[in-house]
Parts: sequence; structure tokens; C-alpha cells
Amino acid sequence: MTATQERPADVQAEIGRDRRRKEDQRLITGRTRWTDNLQLNGMLHLAMVRSPFPHATITNIETSAAKDTTNVVAVLTGKDFGEELGVCINAWPITPDQKTPAHSPMPADRVAFAGEIVAVVVARTAAEARDAAELVEVDYEELPAALELKAAAAADENGGAIAHPDLGTNKSALWVFDSGEAGTGGDVEEAIASARTDGIVIEREYRQQRLIPAFMEPRSVVVDPTGEQLTMWSATQIPHILRFALAATTGVPESKIRVIAPDVGGGFGGKLQATPEEWITWAVARRLGKPVKYTETRSESLISAHHGRDQWQKLTLAAQKDGTVTGLKVELLADLGAYVALVGGGVPVLGAFMFNSIYKFPAYHFACQTVLTNKTWTDAYRGAGRPEATFAIERIMDELAVEVGVDPLEVREKNWIKHEEFPFTTVAGLEYDTGNYEAATERAKEMFGYDDLRAEQKRRREANDPVQLGIGISTFTEMCGLAPSRVLGSLDYGAGGWESATIRMLATGKVEVVTGSSAHGQGHETAWSQIVADRLGVAFEDIEVLHGDTQVSAKGLDTYGSRSLTVGGEALVRAADKVIEKARPVAAHMLEASVDDLEFTGGRFSVRGTDQGVAIGEIATAVFAAHDLPDGMEPSLDSEATYDPVNFSFPHGTHLCAIEVDTETGALKIRKYVCCDDIGTIINPLIVAGQIHGGLVQGIAQALWEEAVYDENGTLVSGSFVDYLLPTAADTINFDIDHTTSPSTTNTLGTKGVGEAGTIASTPAVVNAVVDAIRHFGVTDIQMPCTPERVWKAVNGGTHGGTEDTEGAAMPHFDEAEPGNSSTEGAGA
Amino acid sequence: MTRISLTVDGEKVSDDIEARMLLVQYLREKVGKTGTVIGCDTSNCGACTVHLNGQSVKSCNVLAVQADGGEVATIEGLATNGELHPVQTAFRECHGLQCGFCTPGMIMQSIDLLANNPHPTEEEVRVGLEGNLCRCTGYHNIVRAVMYAAEHGSSDSVQSEGASA
Amino acid sequence: MIPVQFDYLAPTSVEEALAALVEHGDEAKILAGGQSLLPVLRLRLNAPELVIDLGKIDSLRGVRDEGDAIVIGAMTPHAQVQTDPLVAEHAAVLHEAVQHLADVQIRHRGTLGGALAHADPAGDMGAPALALDAQFVIAGSSGTRTVDAQDFFVDLFETAIGEDEILTEIRIPKHTGWGAHYEKFVRVAHQWPIVAVAATVRLDGDTIAEARIGLTNMGSTPLRARAVEDALAGQPATEDAVRAAAAHATEGTNPPSDLNGDADYRSHLAGVLTRRAVLAAIGR
Ligand SMILES: Cc1cc2nc3c(=O)[nH]c(=O)nc-3n(C[C@H](O)[C@@H](O)[C@@H](O)COP(=O)(O)OP(=O)(O)OC[C@H]3O[C@@H](n4cnc5c(N)ncnc54)[C@H](O)[C@@H]3O)c2cc1C
Ligand code: FES
Ligand code: FES
Repeated sequence: MTATQERPADVQAEIGRDRRRKEDQRLITGRTRWTDNLQLNGMLHLAMVRSPFPHATITNIETSAAKDTTNVVAVLTGKDFGEELGVCINAWPITPDQKTPAHSPMPADRVAFAGEIVAVVVARTAAEARDAAELVEVDYEELPAALELKAAAAADENGGAIAHPDLGTNKSALWVFDSGEAGTGGDVEEAIASARTDGIVIEREYRQQRLIPAFMEPRSVVVDPTGEQLTMWSATQIPHILRFALAATTGVPESKIRVIAPDVGGGFGGKLQATPEEWITWAVARRLGKPVKYTETRSESLISAHHGRDQWQKLTLAAQKDGTVTGLKVELLADLGAYVALVGGGVPVLGAFMFNSIYKFPAYHFACQTVLTNKTWTDAYRGAGRPEATFAIERIMDELAVEVGVDPLEVREKNWIKHEEFPFTTVAGLEYDTGNYEAATERAKEMFGYDDLRAEQKRRREANDPVQLGIGISTFTEMCGLAPSRVLGSLDYGAGGWESATIRMLATGKVEVVTGSSAHGQGHETAWSQIVADRLGVAFEDIEVLHGDTQVSAKGLDTYGSRSLTVGGEALVRAADKVIEKARPVAAHMLEASVDDLEFTGGRFSVRGTDQGVAIGEIATAVFAAHDLPDGMEPSLDSEATYDPVNFSFPHGTHLCAIEVDTETGALKIRKYVCCDDIGTIINPLIVAGQIHGGLVQGIAQALWEEAVYDENGTLVSGSFVDYLLPTAADTINFDIDHTTSPSTTNTLGTKGVGEAGTIASTPAVVNAVVDAIRHFGVTDIQMPCTPERVWKAVNGGTHGGTEDTEGAAMPHFDEAEPGNSSTEGAGA
Repeated sequence: MTRISLTVDGEKVSDDIEARMLLVQYLREKVGKTGTVIGCDTSNCGACTVHLNGQSVKSCNVLAVQADGGEVATIEGLATNGELHPVQTAFRECHGLQCGFCTPGMIMQSIDLLANNPHPTEEEVRVGLEGNLCRCTGYHNIVRAVMYAAEHGSSDSVQSEGASA
Repeated sequence: MIPVQFDYLAPTSVEEALAALVEHGDEAKILAGGQSLLPVLRLRLNAPELVIDLGKIDSLRGVRDEGDAIVIGAMTPHAQVQTDPLVAEHAAVLHEAVQHLADVQIRHRGTLGGALAHADPAGDMGAPALALDAQFVIAGSSGTRTVDAQDFFVDLFETAIGEDEILTEIRIPKHTGWGAHYEKFVRVAHQWPIVAVAATVRLDGDTIAEARIGLTNMGSTPLRARAVEDALAGQPATEDAVRAAAAHATEGTNPPSDLNGDADYRSHLAGVLTRRAVLAAIGR
């Protein structure tokens, strides 16, 4: 009767099972659909002409030579477009008086960072477009550029360069939270004042260096304007948000727009953007009426796709002499780069709620000044605000431990929320539902062999071993599941935080699941299948998960902020429950029983106390035929649910890292890394492990290797993978990971989110380990990335050497020093 | 334009191409082998790794004309008669991929590695993959996958419990 | 990512290649393994009109024994240098160094001659070539000449090879039985060295009879650390002696500053790495 196999009641639960991923078969055989794979008939190709200067007036653009080239179809500049080009939007003005520079995808008069697009060449092949781009001559009049963050922030006072002269200042917005004013805690100035007379005050300034998300798939976009609907394929994390933004800014009705995110090769926040490249491709396709493709090179990606982090963090921590914290004051400077990006200034604001982390701080003050500079714009990068906050608090808790003279774990335990105190409302005003910091820490210590490593550290120190050992700790929490719409509204974010799911029961008993979150490596197809399989009692293999196309998945808010499972997963559960409720009367009708006598288990409605029953797949078939349904019943089991979370979720964990420091060279070697994370209920342990491993390496990479460095001319010198140092397999180690579980109480499945945990936790664990290894040399900080040079200088000259800025120069391995060969492709190739 | 003829995944192909065309562009744009991808412009990432005459190479760093008369093997030619190559199986079994963008290159390089060193240590695997970047996995499960493939030999294609096609 | 248009020629003999070079002058560019040239072209940092591929000239490939020297063809791929038994036996420090050059894929394509001709001061092949007193055989239309290692490297990306000449062979006097080590310092594995030291040492019992030290990335060309060599000669093969000698590593160097480290740091590294390289070469 039906193609669906009935699921025996004793079948293994899908949730918690280490299913191999459904998406892998295609990916391991090369049967992939990356945006750049697309070839459409008559498709034209774009090449961008980018500014080599960080700040300049465009005085003239000579395009005739390029236009005259064979197979070149058009050369367009900002002047050639009117409003149809649209604008790049900032969805989160963090204060009502935020200074937000106008952001054209292709400015006609002035560029504000090196790498900004000033002209676009359209040709029949990508090679011809690139050739012609070299022929476009742009005259610039250089303007003074605001480059270094602190100097830019002080430009009002010292008369320094202004990134956008029309705004008159580089200061974009000042966002403040004060627990005294909010009624969530006391007055921090009082706490500091009294700690100064009778306690401990620790003041530190930390640098969050600029990072580049560096997803492996360069961004690519194809626009086909030949249908009734204009279709955009884009390597994006946010097809739904893009569709909305295109409609809102280019005047094309939303109903005429279809956005598809096909296979997307990683994002990490870096593809959470409405980009100039997408807007330009859109405008060119509409102008020419032909399908158009643009794929960036890696060099272009590194200079023009948004960067992340880039903050100075000033912390003042007040505590009693025994290490009990009495107050925390945080003053941030955050570099927005040249524009306020989609989320932009909201990134540090997300961190505002996390500086107090797992601790019971009685008073808290947070102030963040966002600053415009003439560098690549910044926005979300894995963790977005929360890694920055976690880093600062976990670094300074170590300093407090040193001051008090106790083990860093002890000072943390003294201040953290005890497991019996949940739910707990923090000084930042969030309600943490569940958690057990004691349990996670106990388990992590056991896995790590904490006491043995401490003993070895002591031995090496006493023996004056050239190789010193350091142990770093990070007990972190984060807020996941962005986000309750009401909270977003109160923070002036431009959209909500709900997610949608649809379940379609097909006639053959197969199931289609449509999700509004848009995966790009996270394994939604597998995990979503597991959830639905359990909920509906259908086979894992019979479920197809569809996503990433606004025509299939009409509603959604996409994937970022570890929201897919906690928000999107809950929507899924609710849709499944609706399917069951719709099926119930049909089952009763088919079984000639009363609805009240039915129970639903293992995918089957059965009449209590009998062996009579009917499987949900059979019901789907009957509903399809619709020959004999209860009176008035709509012939469909399909259901949709849109879920708006009531709260964030709060995963947490304890991470321990042991690092060997070669004091002769400053070289670092990660010896051991363990973590015990509490991420609530685990749907698929294999996928969870993968998320943690990958997250850890990204966080470790911030601590040790990565930095976007500019020279004094505003050129990104780490503008290729030769100089922007991503680690390889040979630089990393195997990780020991485990979990404790205290399920979240704010969603049905009890999940908390895992996408960012590793990245958030690992950076401070690593830097704490490095500082711990060489603290006896008088070192109290090493600026990130902890390069061997900085470490060696710190060992030999105290902290000062470890906090020097990175030299703004790169080795030219490929540059054959042929003068006059400047490239328009990458500003600093 | 130069005429080149070569074998790609066992099939003979021939085209007139510009001398400047890179092997990876030739594979993707002319032969339709879009399984092989481009991740960088400085030959650091290894995403474009294929085998040329039996050796792993970064196909972004070879001109198509240099491959004239040669044999190229890509990710798309590995599975035979629907049966996965053991290294492909191992990547799925060990969750050695997330977004999958680095995967074609990782698998092609892993196969080269195992051909030269069928029973590598973990350290040898890590060093052998130093020319391939992955941003998703943190390498942990990639290394595990290569070790797994080594352990399970190259003859039998392991079908994992619960693996779905 | 797309080079400019160029013509392509794949001669089968050195004479043919030379003739093309003479004809096209500085509009022509030699292609060996392409592992540096192709990135240069893709980034459009150079725009030759003609690319002359040496890949079809079989005589330029391979390693042979010539009595007191081994001779390596310029087009011998790194991977072959790495596994060649003659190199391992008679030029151990080159054998050591080439394992650390780039990655497997690049070693499959890149060639010894190409790496030396490219003359990146951060390249891994220059210091071993210097340490081994290699000789460079350069062919031009008027014949062949031989250049000593210390005269070969002229400046950043500049060698003694003339515009219409081709490097054909690298002759390496046998250093049979010499201890050898290449100490390369990087932040991540796929990097060129921040600093590296090639050391090859002949022991006479417990005494260092002679030592040859090459430095990578301590100036605009690879350099010989002659002061260290002089200080080592005749010294006992002890850690103290080596430490004292290694202190001379920076004499005559002019290291660059960049985002991986400034000149001071590089100078410091050169000393430590020299000590370590020599100690490893003598098995201490
Ligand atoms: C990602 C990456 C990482 C790398 N890492 C390292 C590293 O760690 N250490 C290191 O040393 N190198 C490294 N390299 C560089 C590599 O070693 C190349 O420099 C080397 O392989 C060049 O040899 P080739 O045969 O490929 O030369 P090509 O690239 O073909 O040529 C290089 C230059 O030399 C000229 N040339 C070549 N052969 C001759 C000849 N016979 N006569 C005259 N001129 C000639 C060419 O015209 C060209 O200018 C790396 C390269 C890449 C892409
Ligand atoms: S694309 Fe070839 S190595 Fe990156
Ligand atoms: S799986 Fe995404 S880059 Fe490796």
C-alpha cells in the first residue's frame, strides 16, 4: 500500500545517533553545485576594477580603450547607474544617532578603502573581462586616510584624517549598557572605588586583531534576468535576507526575485553580507538583459569581503582580596572599516552580554565606540562579538588569579554561577536557563591530566628548561540561537529572529522537509532528517531536506549565530507535530476508531489495547487519494511552523590547553587540548565533533597565526594566502573532546547550539597557556597573534616586546620586482 | 590557440585553447569537470589538486598545454561502477568534510600520499597534507579518514553501518 | 587568476630554446616547473609575450655521477632530488632541505633549476647550494659557462643568468660522509622560511675538520656564514664550541623585516638555528 517501511517500535532512536552525512555522497564524488560551476547560455562575465588607494576622490575614469576591445560588451562605472544599483544596507543601526556613511556598491565620486570597486567590465569570457579591466584608466586624487583604529578614534581631537569627510567625525556610535541604570546590578564606579582602597583592581587593555573569515570557496554570484523572476545564485549564507534586501534597495518587487544559495563552501559569518559584488552583478544583468557571472579571486576576496574582530578592549576589574569579583567595566573601540556593514556595529554589541560570562558579577558597565576607518569593512566572523568578550574576560580572570595567588580555576569557581542556582539572571540582564560548570570542569580536568601537567610545568620551570610549559584555561559560555525577535527589536535590529519549517507528506510516503535556515557545511540535511525521522517515525532515508532556494523555501532567516538547530530545529519539531495532529482524525477514520483511543508511536497510530494500526505513510497516501476522508477535512497533511524563540540558549564548556614554548626562538607547540562542552541535547555526535574541531582550529588560529595587516599606505599586506596564515594539518593536533549535558529548557529538543563554541572558547585558552608558560619572565600579556617573534621579545624584554604591532610588510615571493607592473585585480597582489 | 589532446578520467579529450589557460580552468570550463575547484590564486590551498601522469599536482599551477598528451585523474573519476574509492568512503565514514570545498583536493592528495606510503603515521599524514587548506574541519577528522583508509586497505571498499547514499 | 595572453613554445633541445630566447629577448620567459612563474603570471606581476617551456628537453632532467661531483639537471623535479640516492649520499644537506620545500604537489612539479633561477632569498635551495659550493652550468648562444655559487646569486630575484641564457646543470662537488642538517623556521607549515640554516660538516674523530654553512632569508640573496665556518674549523665537536661559533652567524648579513619578524629577531634566530643545525649535522 505504501512505499514507506514501517518502523518497528524497537528501532534505534535517530536523535543521538552518529549518522554518516547524507550530503557527503555528492561532495566526495565531485558532483557539486558551486555557484561558479554554473554556465548559462549567453552568459557574460564580469571583472572588477578596484581602487588601490584607501581614500581618494575619483576624478576621471577612462573606459574607451576597454570598451573598444573585442568581446567586451560594456564597461560601467558608478556614474552609469542611477538608483537601480541600490545601496548596501546596515540592518542594525545600534543607536538612533549612529553616523552611517552612504554606501553605494560602486561609488561614483570617492573610494573609502583599498579594494573598493570603481568600474566593472562585462565581456564574453572571464579572461577577456580581466584583460579589458587592465585598460580602464582611473584618475584618483588621494585624500588623507584614517587607518589606525586608535588614531582614527581620536581624530576629532587631534585633527587626524576623517574616513568620510561629509560625516565630520570617525565616531559612528557609542553604545552603553550600565547595570546600575538597567536595574540588573550595582554601580561599577562604586565597586572600583572601594576595590581601590580595600581590594584588587586590575586594568588591562587587549587587542582583538583584525581577522579574515577566509571561507574556502571564494564568493561567486550569477544573475539570470531572462525569466519572469530574476534569479540570483550566490555563494551566501543568507538567501532570504538577500532577497529582502534586493527588493528593498533596488526597487524590484520581492515577488519577482528568486535567490538560490546552491552548494556553499563555508561562510563563518563571512558570507553573512549583502555585498557590492552581488548588487553590481544584479544591476549589470538587469541592464544588459543577459545572464551574468562574477567570481572573485582569492586576492579580491581577502581585500574586499568583510573582515572580522578588530577591537581594542579596555577592562577594569574590581575584586575583593579573596578574588570575589565586585565589578567589571569594559570600554571598547571597534573598527567598522570603511562602512557600517549589514550587522556591522551590532557585532560588538552582541558581545556586551557576554563579558560577564559564567560569573556572578554584581556590577557591570559596558561602552562601545564604533569607529570608521579607511580599511575593509568589518562584520560578523564566527562567534561575532562573543569571542571578543570571552577572550577579554578569560584573560583577565587569569590575571586576577595571579594577583590573588591561586590557581586560575579556583578564582573562576569562586565567581561562577553554581549549578543549583539556575535559572540565573545575569548582570547583563539575560536569563541563563541551565548549565553545570562544575561538572564540565571536573571532566575536562580529568581528561587533561591537569595535576600532572602542572607538576611538569613546575619541574621545567625549576630546571630552567629552554622549553617551558604553559596551561591555559577557558571556561566559557555564549548566547546562541539568534534570536528572540522582541530582543532584537529592543536592540534596534532591522529584522526578527524566527525560523520556519515546512513538512510535506508525499503520496508515496516519502517526506520533504523545507527549512528556512541555509546550510553551508553544517550538515542540516542529515540532522534535520534525524529529527523528523524520530518525530514522525519515518525512515531516515525517506526524508529529503530542501533549503537555500527562496522559491522552495519561501520563508526563512538563514544560518548564522548557531541558530539553525535551536531555532530552526524547534520549528521543525512544531511542524512535525502539526502533521501528526492533522493525521490523527484521518487515522481514526481509517481505523474506525475514536480519536481519543489513538496513540502515536513509532510512526504509527494504533488503537489502544488492540493490534490495529496505520502508519503515517499510509495516511499520507490516503490523504493524497482523498477518496475517503473525514467530512470537511482538507486533503493535506502538509504543515508549516514558524518559531520565534523565547530566549537564547547558553552552551558552555571548559577548555584546557597545554603549550610548549621554546624560549630560545619563541616557537610554540600545542601539546594537548581538551574540552568538555555542554551543548544540551546532541542530535548527531559526529557532526557535533566536527563543528567543535573546526571551531577550535579557527580560535587557535586567531591566537597564534592569523592577522590582517595593513601598511601605512592602507594596503592590506596579508593580501594572499602566502601572508594571511591559515594553519595546515601539519600545524594542528588531535583534540580530546567530551560533553556533559544539561538540556536547554527553552526548546523541545533541549539543544543549545554548537557552531561557534570551539572558536569562542579556544582563543583565550591558548593565549592564557602562552602567557602562563612565560609569566615567570615578567610577562603579563602577548598581543595576538602570539608570533614567535612577540613571544621571544616578551621573554627577553618583558611584556613590552610582546605587544608591538605587526610589521606592515610582506615577503614578495612571487614579485619579480618588475617595476610598473601594477595590477588592478588585487590592490596589493 | 593551441590544440591539446589528453586523457581525463580515462576519456580522451581534445580542444583548441589559449596557451594561458590553466589546467584547472580547462578541466572546469572545457571538460565540465567542475568537481575540481579553485580556492586561491597563489597555489597555497590545494583545492584544485588532481593527478597528472600519476602524481598529485595543483592544477591551478599547471598550464593546460603542459598537460598535452598526459593523463589527468580528478575526483570525478575515482568511483568505479558506483563503487566509491576507499579514500572517498573513509572521508564519509570519518566525517572528514563539512562544506566539502576542500574535499576533492584533500582526497586526491590523500590518495597520492597513500600510494607512496601505504601505512603512514599520523605525523606523516599531517605533513603530507600540508599543501591543502581546510577551513571547516580543523583537520582532525581528515587525518582520521586517511588513517582509516590506510587501515582498511585499498582493495575493499568499506560500507559503513548506517551510511546512506 | 588569469595570466595575460602569451605565445607558447616547447622546444625539445637547449639549442632550440636558446634560439628562441635570442630572438625574443626580454619578451620571452622560461618556464620550468612553473611553480613560481605561474603564480607570477596569474597575479599579472609579469606579462611575457612568449613562454618557453623547457619541459620537453629530456637532457635537462636527472642526476648523474661524474666522479668527484654529482650533476643535477636543471629540470629535475624537487621530488626526484628528494629521493635520488646520489643526492642523499653526496649532497646530504640538499637532500635534507628539499624535503622542507613547499608541499608534495609543488615538489612534484617544481624543479631545482627553477628554484635556483628564481632566486627568492627565502627559497630553500640557495643556502644548500652555497654550502655545497655548487657550480652552475649556464648555456648561452655562444657556449656554456660555469659560475660558482657565490657569484650566482646577485640580488633579490636576480642571478648571473643572462637574459638569453639558460641554466642547464648544477654541479655539486661530492660531500660524501659529511654530516648535514637543514634547520627551517616557519610559523605554519606551508610557509617559506622566516630564516633557515643549511649546515654540512666534516668530522675528523671528535674534531670539526671543516664546516659549510648557508643562510636562507638573511639578506637579499642566500649567504654563506663564513665567520661561523672559520670559527668551527678545528674545534672540538662539542656544544660549547658550536655555540661559540654560532654567535658569528649574523656577520655580514642584512636580514629583512616583515610581518613574520623584524631584522633583530631574524638575526637572533640565525644564531640559534645555526647552532642547532650544526649540532644536528654532527649528531649531537
Ligand atoms: C604555495 C607555494 C609554496 C612554496 N613554498 C616554497 C618553500 O617553502 N621554499 C622554497 O624554496 N620554494 C617554495 N616555493 C617556490 C618553489 O620552490 C619554486 O620556486 C620552484 O619550484 C621554482 O621552480 P620551477 O621549476 O617551478 O620554476 P618556474 O616557476 O618555472 O620558474 C621560476 C623562475 O626561474 C626561471 N627559470 C626557471 N628555470 C630556468 C632555467 N633553467 N634557466 C633560466 N631561468 C629559469 C623562470 O623564467 C622563472 O622566472 C613555493 C611555491 C608555492 C606556489
Ligand atoms: S586553487 Fe590551486 S592551490 Fe589554491
Ligand atoms: S570541508 Fe569546508 S573547507 Fe574543508
